[in-house]
Amino acid sequence: MRLEPIANPGLARRLGFPALALALTVVVASGLALLAGAEPFATIGLIVQGAAGSKFAALETLNRATPLIFTGLAVAVAFRARLWNIGAEAQLYGGAIVTVLLGTGAIGLPQPLLLALMALAAMLAGALILLGPVVLKTRLGVDEVVTTLLINFIMLLAVSYLLEGPLKDPAGMGWPKSAALIAEARLPRIATGLRLHWGFALALLAAGAVWLIETRTSLGYEMRAVGLNPQAARFAGIAVGAVLVKTALMSGGLAALAGFSEVAGLKGHLSLDLSPGFGYTGIIVAMLALLHPLAVVPSALFVAAVFVGSDSMSRAAGVPTYIADMLLALALLFMVLALLLARVRVVRG
Amino acid sequence: MTRQVGQAQDIVLRLTGITKRFGALLANDGVSLTLRRGEVVALLGENGAGKTTLMNILFGQYLADAGAIEAFGRPLPAGNPRAALAAGIGMVHQHFTLADHLTVLENVVLGTEPLWWPGLGRARARARVEQLGRDFGLVVQPGAKVGTLSVGERQRVEILKALYREARVLILDEPTAVLTPQETEALFQTLKRAVALGLSILFISHKLHEVMAIADRCVVLRHGRVVGEVATAATDPQALARLMVGAEVVAPEVAPARPGPVLLALDAVSTPNRGAVPGLKRVNLALRAGQIVGLAGVSGNGQAALSDLIAGLDHPAAGEMSLRGAVLAAWSPRRAVALGIARIPEDRHASGTIADFTLTENAILEGYAAPPFSRHGWMNWAEAERFARRVIRDYDVRCPGPDQPVRLLSGGNMQKLILGRVLEARGFESGPQIILANQPVRGLDIGAIAYVHGRLLAARASGAAVLLISEDLDEIMALADVIHVMSAGRLSPGFARATMTAPELGLWMAGQGFAAGGAEDAA
Repeated sequence: MRLEPIANPGLARRLGFPALALALTVVVASGLALLAGAEPFATIGLIVQGAAGSKFAALETLNRATPLIFTGLAVAVAFRARLWNIGAEAQLYGGAIVTVLLGTGAIGLPQPLLLALMALAAMLAGALILLGPVVLKTRLGVDEVVTTLLINFIMLLAVSYLLEGPLKDPAGMGWPKSAALIAEARLPRIATGLRLHWGFALALLAAGAVWLIETRTSLGYEMRAVGLNPQAARFAGIAVGAVLVKTALMSGGLAALAGFSEVAGLKGHLSLDLSPGFGYTGIIVAMLALLHPLAVVPSALFVAAVFVGSDSMSRAAGVPTYIADMLLALALLFMVLALLLARVRVVRG
Repeated sequence: MTRQVGQAQDIVLRLTGITKRFGALLANDGVSLTLRRGEVVALLGENGAGKTTLMNILFGQYLADAGAIEAFGRPLPAGNPRAALAAGIGMVHQHFTLADHLTVLENVVLGTEPLWWPGLGRARARARVEQLGRDFGLVVQPGAKVGTLSVGERQRVEILKALYREARVLILDEPTAVLTPQETEALFQTLKRAVALGLSILFISHKLHEVMAIADRCVVLRHGRVVGEVATAATDPQALARLMVGAEVVAPEVAPARPGPVLLALDAVSTPNRGAVPGLKRVNLALRAGQIVGLAGVSGNGQAALSDLIAGLDHPAAGEMSLRGAVLAAWSPRRAVALGIARIPEDRHASGTIADFTLTENAILEGYAAPPFSRHGWMNWAEAERFARRVIRDYDVRCPGPDQPVRLLSGGNMQKLILGRVLEARGFESGPQIILANQPVRGLDIGAIAYVHGRLLAARASGAAVLLISEDLDEIMALADVIHVMSAGRLSPGFARATMTAPELGLWMAGQGFAAGGAEDAA
């Protein structure tokens, strides 16, 4: 048995296989629900209902999708240039720390100016966190998968130290959390009475901006060239190292915006449970979106819906929430397989 | 009746009606071929004619859709790579399959003796290898590490490997591509001895004069089909070329050169060695306007170092490089492009194009950063596509369209796209003034070769300085006005066109002139 590439796969092939992947995900997930002793169809129904069945559920999904759009974009941008940034989690926390530092009364500015300053400073922090591993990669050939991954743990410990020490909320009853942001440092809600903050709009804007950069600017062209064939890019005169550094700054900045948006838009303070692995889940989001910046939005919505829906289903049906992780893992595996099959044909002999 | 039986015994390999289809492509279409005892048959054909597919079927890598193979009168089971070897058919590949850190003897024995046997029966094996070497004129040291051997010596080890496995049929895939003329002559002596000892040889090539020199019979493949089978004595190279291409082949007319001023000069330039591959050793070189300088040599002798240097990928570690009389300080690929150097890279897949980029994106790979393709960091895709369309039209790039990925193109069309990209570079209305052409026609079919050579000659006529790097001595001798030979990082003096014969250049390629010359080996 061999795989033969198809020169120009048709639209039916390119859409049919991903659709089949989603269908297969549902089928296998039903089997899992059955194993857990629940009614398969009802379980899937409860997940869908929990994710989008009411206004409250839908808004919850959008809120959950917001940081995932940011981290998904961060990963998509980096992976496109074949820069394996596994450290979105650390960059997220970097952004969150800066948000808290600037937003708890240290600076008195009108709300729009303060928020803009906080966002920019957060992006800078995230960018700097990724800068080290990238310079090590371009100068010394150090594998960035290892360095960015390890920095995640360093950052978590650093946050833990800050929350027990310098940033600890004096009025926090001993809980490891920071002081609350001042009112001017909070991202307002998009509409009064609507539980959705401007971070979501910012995420959509970021997706559009990344798409513009990738398709319409010479930097985007360079990033794609470096990702597809660094040797040819270098031969043509593209400064591969400089492009990777620019990519890293963008990627780290995007991931840090997730931290900014979660602290300033949702939580209002920094704590160790700020991110339930948004940085890592961003990798799944980006891969499901095929690294396309606009596709990151629906991909993040899908992943958020699975999480939110599974939470609610778990309460109603008594199936463990781990099913959400399994669902995502299955969706990703089937999708990767589907994307392969959309491009190749299996031949006997 | 008896005569027929005698004939049947005489035939050592018979392929009958081999057909293989890949999707829409008919790679082999009813190919039949016979090889008799003591015979050299040349299998001729352009790239993509189906030679490799046929060999892969013979060696069980592919299953034929139809057809049968018979070796020594017995059918060869299909799809079994070991069957051909067991039947006494040995193949010497173009790219050798030797372990560098093992000795010649170990490489030859590898896979034939059980590994747990103490000493692997080494003394006996050694005696046999030495005997085979004497019988076939294959001089190698059984104890030498393969990594230290020259390309020609490695090829002898490959042939010994096949002979050690008692091959009665030898298949050689483009065996002379990596050899100097002298090494080629030695190989032919070996092959003649082998034939005299009753072996049979299938010689795959596209070098017509070699085929004329060694083969008894030629089988010509075109588009997967046998289009001709002639006795070598009854044909000539022109007729064979006609058969291969299916049309009259016209060699490019080379008008006398009118050399102008020196555009690019290297003065005692050295670069560091890269592992086993030598860097440049105090190289002096001058590229003049209106002149083609040919660089001959066995691959891996520093051509890559010279090419990288001129392409902007590398700096001189010692010595000076000057462009139009001015010594170059800052040097990079982009600077090279900006100063009017058109660079045709050695490997068009790895360095020349980005396979998953469209033709448009590939066409602006060197020019994207400046107007009209981009302004202040914003791309102008309309201009880029207009440029791509112009290259496609003017350079006859056969493609589905400018928005299709380059990986769909054949090698020839990919090379035409690169030619168009570098020769039509913006900012030089009269075209680029220096052309670095590194193996510009490797792997191309005859039509595309003629096209590329025609473009290089046209550039010369309009005043460009061309450096043509090639492993094909015939190509160099046909096109170059001045020929340098490279060996172990050293550059020979320049020889004017037609002042040196191929064997004389071969001596330089083997590194012999340099010691006598004295001037170059100071480093």
